[in-house]
Amino acid sequence: MTIAIQLAYLLASILFIMGIKLLGKTKDARKGNMLSAIGMLVAIVATLITLDILSFVEIFSCMLIGGAIGLYYAKKVEMTQIPEMVALFNGFGGLASLGVALSDHFLKTAVLAVEIDPVNSISIIASVLIGGVTFTGSMVAWLKLNGKVSGQPITFKGQHVLNLALLISFLVISVFTFLYQSDPMYITILVVVALLVGILIVVPIGGADMPVVISLLNSYSGMAACATGFILNNNVLIVAGSLVGASGLILTQIMCKAMNRSLTNVLLGGFGQTVASGAQDGPSIVIKEIGVEETAMLFDSVSSVIVVPGYGMAVAQAQHVIRELMEQCEKRGIDFKFAIHPVAGRMPGHMNVLLAEANISYDKLIEMEAINDEFPNTDLVLIVGANDVVNPAARTNPQSPIYGMPILNADKAKTVIVSKRSMGKGYAGVENELFGYPNCLMLFGDAKQTITKVVSEMKEM
Amino acid sequence: MSLESLIILIYVLVLASYLGFELITKVPPTLHTPLMSGSNAISGITIVGALIATSELGYSTLSKWLGMMALILATINVVGGYAVTDRMLKMFKKK
Repeated sequence: MTIAIQLAYLLASILFIMGIKLLGKTKDARKGNMLSAIGMLVAIVATLITLDILSFVEIFSCMLIGGAIGLYYAKKVEMTQIPEMVALFNGFGGLASLGVALSDHFLKTAVLAVEIDPVNSISIIASVLIGGVTFTGSMVAWLKLNGKVSGQPITFKGQHVLNLALLISFLVISVFTFLYQSDPMYITILVVVALLVGILIVVPIGGADMPVVISLLNSYSGMAACATGFILNNNVLIVAGSLVGASGLILTQIMCKAMNRSLTNVLLGGFGQTVASGAQDGPSIVIKEIGVEETAMLFDSVSSVIVVPGYGMAVAQAQHVIRELMEQCEKRGIDFKFAIHPVAGRMPGHMNVLLAEANISYDKLIEMEAINDEFPNTDLVLIVGANDVVNPAARTNPQSPIYGMPILNADKAKTVIVSKRSMGKGYAGVENELFGYPNCLMLFGDAKQTITKVVSEMKEM
Repeated sequence: MSLESLIILIYVLVLASYLGFELITKVPPTLHTPLMSGSNAISGITIVGALIATSELGYSTLSKWLGMMALILATINVVGGYAVTDRMLKMFKKK
């Protein structure tokens, strides 16, 4: 019997691996997700078989409640809100791992009154730490992403000292938990400290850095599952957990590279401050405005267009009207593409999902490295709700906080139109010198409204 | 836990992490959001632990209640994660 269960877990692990492999190809990705879901089902059924049938009432009630909430949220969520949903679910995963670890601890100490062996005890401590940090960290990220808490970095004096103190107290209390297992006080303090650490890690991080934070928390949730696997001596948890842990780490690394930050810098936490201090006012720049009709005429006269979308496009919900713009242009035989910066949006790949939702074919979405050489040969670039990712200061101004960050060379195009609500600064709080360039024209107003007008002008031409 | 079984678990951890790195570096940036929500659902594998914790009989112990909480949360994570990933991937089309 146990052999059959173990084999089922092996099958589940294989399905997870194949699922992730297929997730790497756009046309097979859906199948991949399905395979990994089947893997999960296999793991759940295999576990249920080992359990006492008398407990099935509460097991199924809990799963019914959780399943209904999960399904409802998944159906209802807007594509712009995907980052906050991922953050929220990450938090739930972390809290679940924390719950399992604590449950196991109390079962052994209070109910069975047995000695917990050292490996187990260390795994419980690790699971409490990672699970707790994942939970509160994700909750803070979730609050920041849905605007309930300011997206600005929150910093205060002595933050690093406090973090260090918490870390030391965590280590000390871990030792006590390890030595005096039967005293519930120590593990309770441990939980509290872990929860505090999670809050303090994410609080100082600004909205524009969210792609890094979400990727990192994603990785943590995997590691928490992994630690739980060590508690339960269960391979499938370790395989699945480490796959997720690795995936999150790689995405974190990609995001860091795209923002010119080191992984250590991120792992130590407290980044984003350099950005806040860089909000000095540069020399004031002279901008040129363009109206809706002129914009439409310009679109009518060119032969190649690249659109640079940013988070502002998501906020304005302008992706659908941009598809209409694309259709108008393609009717005229204009070459129409999108340039996607890795950190555009609030999570890795966020823009691609939004444009896919607007029914734009994915082969039109070109990555930064692939498209950057095309800008000099492009007639017109339309920037919608992006700012820092096209700021030439990243190339030219060593004083700029974003200096060294790889950017889209939109400024090299013959003409650049920037669709922008008003003359504000980007999320990094930096003035964009692109707006003062001679080839740059500003199209002020809500992106959705102005582009809708441009499209209707073009329809009449 | 015996040392041998710990070693086996560490083996699994190291190899699976390595495999994860290899697989995920190949995922194109277009699919990073679905990858993340899909892997988020996979991290709900902790549901296995939650099931075991919930299966304890009787409602008098803290560990049982913690298990039930974990089970609800892990199920939200798993079901919601897979459902939203599927919804997203359905939209990725090539024309």
